[in-house]
Amino acid sequence: MEIETVRKEETIYQHLISRGVTRREFLQFCTWMGGCIGLQASGVAAMVKALETKKRIPVIWLHFQECTCCSESFLRSSHPIVADILLDKISLDYTETLMAASGQQAEKSLRDTMAKYKGEYLLCIEGSVPMGEDGAYCCIGGKTAKSIAEEVAEHAMAVIAWGNCACSGCVQAAKPNPTEAMPIKKIIAGKPIVNVQGCPPIAEVMAGVLVHLLTFGVIPQLDNLGRPKAFYARRVHDTCYRRPNYDAGLFVESFDDENARKGYCLYKVGCKGPTTYNSCGTIRWNGGVSFPIQAGHPCIGCSEANFWDNGPFYQRLPNFPGFGIEATADTIGAVAAGAAVVGAAAHAVLTNVRKRKHIGEQAGEDAEQAEHNHAAQQNSNPSQKS
Amino acid sequence: MNASHDYQRVYVWEQPVRWFHWINAACIVALGVTGWLIAHPPGLLNGGEAAESYWFGTVRFVHFASSYLFVANFAFRLYWASVGNKYTHWRNFFPVTKAQLQQVWAVLKVDVFHSSDKPVHTLGHNSVAYFTYMGTGLLTVFQVCSGFALYASMSHSWFPQLFTWLVPLFGSEQNLRIFHYAALWAFLVFTIIHIYLVFYHDYVEGHGVLSSMIGGWKFMEKEKIAAAEGTGISGLPVRPPTAMTAPKPKSEI
Repeated sequence: MEIETVRKEETIYQHLISRGVTRREFLQFCTWMGGCIGLQASGVAAMVKALETKKRIPVIWLHFQECTCCSESFLRSSHPIVADILLDKISLDYTETLMAASGQQAEKSLRDTMAKYKGEYLLCIEGSVPMGEDGAYCCIGGKTAKSIAEEVAEHAMAVIAWGNCACSGCVQAAKPNPTEAMPIKKIIAGKPIVNVQGCPPIAEVMAGVLVHLLTFGVIPQLDNLGRPKAFYARRVHDTCYRRPNYDAGLFVESFDDENARKGYCLYKVGCKGPTTYNSCGTIRWNGGVSFPIQAGHPCIGCSEANFWDNGPFYQRLPNFPGFGIEATADTIGAVAAGAAVVGAAAHAVLTNVRKRKHIGEQAGEDAEQAEHNHAAQQNSNPSQKS
Repeated sequence: MNASHDYQRVYVWEQPVRWFHWINAACIVALGVTGWLIAHPPGLLNGGEAAESYWFGTVRFVHFASSYLFVANFAFRLYWASVGNKYTHWRNFFPVTKAQLQQVWAVLKVDVFHSSDKPVHTLGHNSVAYFTYMGTGLLTVFQVCSGFALYASMSHSWFPQLFTWLVPLFGSEQNLRIFHYAALWAFLVFTIIHIYLVFYHDYVEGHGVLSSMIGGWKFMEKEKIAAAEGTGISGLPVRPPTAMTAPKPKSEI
């Protein structure tokens, strides 16, 4: 008899209760999660109902070029139910990092899930896909990351791209991008893709996206870079507790100055908060304990594309693309403006030297002279005037 | 007849065009100064509490407020390019005719390389200037689009939201921001050359180009006016050639 590698069907609530979670804990979780994903009170009721009645979503979680920090972040979610409900209660049928099966059994589990839940399973991808050397830089079970992603995505309900690697390539796609790493959105077409940005994303954000999918059966509303608006609609800058210092013009000038001790704004030491969309300022990290700016470090913009190439991290204005590593817009601009001034000055001198006699010829400069010139011109060259 | 001067006064820049020019100049100065401060805020305050000051917020407010004036003024100029006089007409700004391109070369030889002494006289701008303003117009469009795209997340107004499509094209706001900032330098370089060349033309040619942006009038010898208008370039659309202008050699039927 064949081993059953796909789990039994059961609602999420049933599964939770059977695991010893009380009704009270369950409702607390729903309320808390509803707050995280920005639901109103009636939305929490909808979530309770959905988790009570809906079957677990089968999930295939693929790992490609990445460091697994997204999984690590997720596992460290502050609420005990999060990891439990989402790793155990959504049915994680295949994930290289956490599954018990290995080798042929693991691959069988993947195939079984794809076959049994055709069109129903959720595909989560952590990591980017290398396109160089026909994808040889990342192969699992003899198949390239690209072919696996395309094959599994074909019958997926939706695709979640976890982290900066899957959303925009992260460090391996930074210049010179030796493996030609590509984000998931450039590999998979024709499926709804949710980009859950960050390096790693905040655990509560990851949980919130999954709960939204469970509750409403559709992917959350996305911004124009494919990120869920509930978590990525606001800039870190706009939710930063140090923001009043920015508006007051109170800036840290260096990390060891008095202003740093006073907790002034980190704008001038390279904070990317003004161009970074994430929930760090509101949800924060490690159960709301802190986030980089609170710890005195500028935001490095890890939920934005190409953040490695937008460096240096401790410089507000990045180096200008296409001019080598040390050229800022200011260096280039100052050289151009200096050249313009020097050029204009040189041109003015040259004009006075070369055009002196033409300037003197202007008809109005000396009326008598001009009249003489005019008459002479008419006499010598009458055909020029008609 | 005053043969000595034989000058004619020509009304070239209508009042709306002059208003546009000076409002535009004021906006660029305001946006440039505040933009520079936003990029490089000086450490004016080393102590105190955030509640006691709001100067950086005010700088940003001036930047955003003048940007609305900047774009409205620019939109008006685009409108005026179709209803204003021929010197302000939009067709002048597109380098499409052979005569325009030939004039570009002629102007470069006289004014920049000093390799020719045959000055090019025009009533509106010369072709080099028109195409440069085409460039600054495109720069303005980019500055407006990128600026409002960056501003969109701070505003609930509908107008900035029209430009959010630009961010994905650049990958992230940080990537867009550096180009928005670099354009400040482009405006600065343009301004240096622009002001120098106005003084240059006023000084060398004596047609009153400097004051024309205040009073609207240029002053030019009648035969130069006839020659300039005869090319059909100085202020498109082309007027039918009059008996006063010399017929072109190739225009025989």
